[in-house]
Amino acid sequence: MIGDLEFERPVTDLRKKIDELKELTETADVDLTAEIQKLEKRLESLQDDIYKNMKPWDRVQVARHPGRPTTLDYIPQIFSDFLELHGDRYYGDDEAIVAGIATFEGIPVTVIGHQRGKDTKENIRRNFGMPHPEGYRKALRLMKQAEKFHRPVICFIDTKGAFPGKAAEERGQSEAIAKNIFEMAGLKVPIICIVIGEGGSGGALALGVGDRILMLENSTYSVISPEGAAALLWKDASQAKRAAETMKITAPDLFGLGIVDEIIPEAKGGAHKNDLKDQATAIKDSLKRSLNELLPLSTVEIVDQRYMKYKKIGQYEIEEERNLDQIKSR
Amino acid sequence: MLKDLFTKTKKKKYATIPSDRDQQDVPEGLMTKCSGCKKIMYTKELQKNNKVCIHCGYHHQMTAYERIESLFEAGSFTELDRNMLSVNPLGFPDYLEKIEKDKRKANMNEAVVTGTGKIEGYEVAVAIMDSHFRMGSMGSVVGEKITRAIEKAGELHIPFIIFTASGGARMQEGILSLMQMAKTSAALKMFSEDGGLIVSIMTHPTTGGVSASFASLGDINLAEPGALIGFAGRRIIEQTIHEELPEDFQTSEFLMKHGQLDAVISRTELKEKLVNILKIHVPGGEWV
Repeated sequence: MIGDLEFERPVTDLRKKIDELKELTETADVDLTAEIQKLEKRLESLQDDIYKNMKPWDRVQVARHPGRPTTLDYIPQIFSDFLELHGDRYYGDDEAIVAGIATFEGIPVTVIGHQRGKDTKENIRRNFGMPHPEGYRKALRLMKQAEKFHRPVICFIDTKGAFPGKAAEERGQSEAIAKNIFEMAGLKVPIICIVIGEGGSGGALALGVGDRILMLENSTYSVISPEGAAALLWKDASQAKRAAETMKITAPDLFGLGIVDEIIPEAKGGAHKNDLKDQATAIKDSLKRSLNELLPLSTVEIVDQRYMKYKKIGQYEIEEERNLDQIKSR
Repeated sequence: MLKDLFTKTKKKKYATIPSDRDQQDVPEGLMTKCSGCKKIMYTKELQKNNKVCIHCGYHHQMTAYERIESLFEAGSFTELDRNMLSVNPLGFPDYLEKIEKDKRKANMNEAVVTGTGKIEGYEVAVAIMDSHFRMGSMGSVVGEKITRAIEKAGELHIPFIIFTASGGARMQEGILSLMQMAKTSAALKMFSEDGGLIVSIMTHPTTGGVSASFASLGDINLAEPGALIGFAGRRIIEQTIHEELPEDFQTSEFLMKHGQLDAVISRTELKEKLVNILKIHVPGGEWV
């Protein structure tokens, strides 16, 4: 299949062989049905084996797959009445972030998400899904609008990170990200964040402070890309595979660390192999569950619970004072 | 290798002339050479001037405890959470060994010192980062200590001042480090909603996740001259946009020019300016 990845090569090869045998059975005068059945059984167990034991690096590849559904693929499947709204009102309209208003199961919501392209042309338009400050400021403007009209905010996270560029720095990339995180922490409506592809560092977090963090099974979320981590830690970007394992960036890892509230299942091999409708339905179910829990809460409860959610994150120990004195005397 | 055996026994047959750099080197302690203008001055004199070069105004990095000494009334500073220590949540190779090494080298437990104290009579809560410890990077402990200091400021209804010096989020704690950006910013949001004053003073260097969270969230954002402040690394930007960046790119002065700072203030005037800010933010003012 086009776009198959390195780790699933054995599956691809076996499938090809089965197809060949099938064709042979049809065209030539030999009956290989028994053989085909045997191989199909093997294919099934091979698939189970490979797709159920995906390594972190395999998931990184799936999360980055060009065919993986994007925010704009999901929006029409999950929401109705979507109307895209543009611009930050200060500088411009960053197409690396799409945002707008819609209804979800009859409830008005605001939808915001990173948007990458699926081909070169669209990627240039979308800046590969890497926002400038105006993208984050557009998102914030529409979050504040959502707050005014008591609409829940749904964020789709799918970015390698905030764009590292001269103009971005000049226009205050840091401030834009910081302000989003700050304002999201206190937003008086429910916020649900769904990582659908790559969740890259501060550029992801700027749409990622919410009451629920959901994550598609094969998406990733990390403080730095595996390549970046490898370059910094071992001065060698080709060690990215090792970094992906060490950094704990997959959905199951983050669920284990208590960062992610729910993992949304994908088809074997990743969302790009699934029927888009099925994948959207899985997201919809999760979203419904989360909103059911959040909608009855009061504004104060929402903000307090969100604060406690983040306050809890982090691991440390408190050393007794007498040990400390030893450190001091060293 | 066999070849190495021979080179090792070889005697130098030439005289060595000290390089210009070596010649300029002075015994450590008594004298210090400015990293800016390369001029030599008495260390004591430099210390007295808050580590700002008396010739060219270059700001040498200060440790957190030096900063405390230079700002707070003697004996007024109470440190918070000094006994909070890092663990290794991801099981990252060599992480705790590196922490131990920095503890000894920098003589502190983590990359931030927090506490409360008085600056010319004004009670404040403060968090002072120190780049001598793991480049001032933010992991769980740094995030938690800063959060608690903000909460303390909220409890006592006093201003919160933060001195930033950090390379960003600490990689060895992965996503937990990233989430400290959210934790600290959430604490600032709550504090801010209650009318608390936040003053951020960015010192060299303030980059990455620290720049993109509390460092940029002051009601008043200040910076020391010549500090490196920015989100993405210079090299990464150059590689991405294939363009050479101006020399002053991501300096305090560059940010000032682009409207990203309230003021760039020399360390020698910082205390005076801080007191000015604190005075103006006393609720209702001070009626005379």
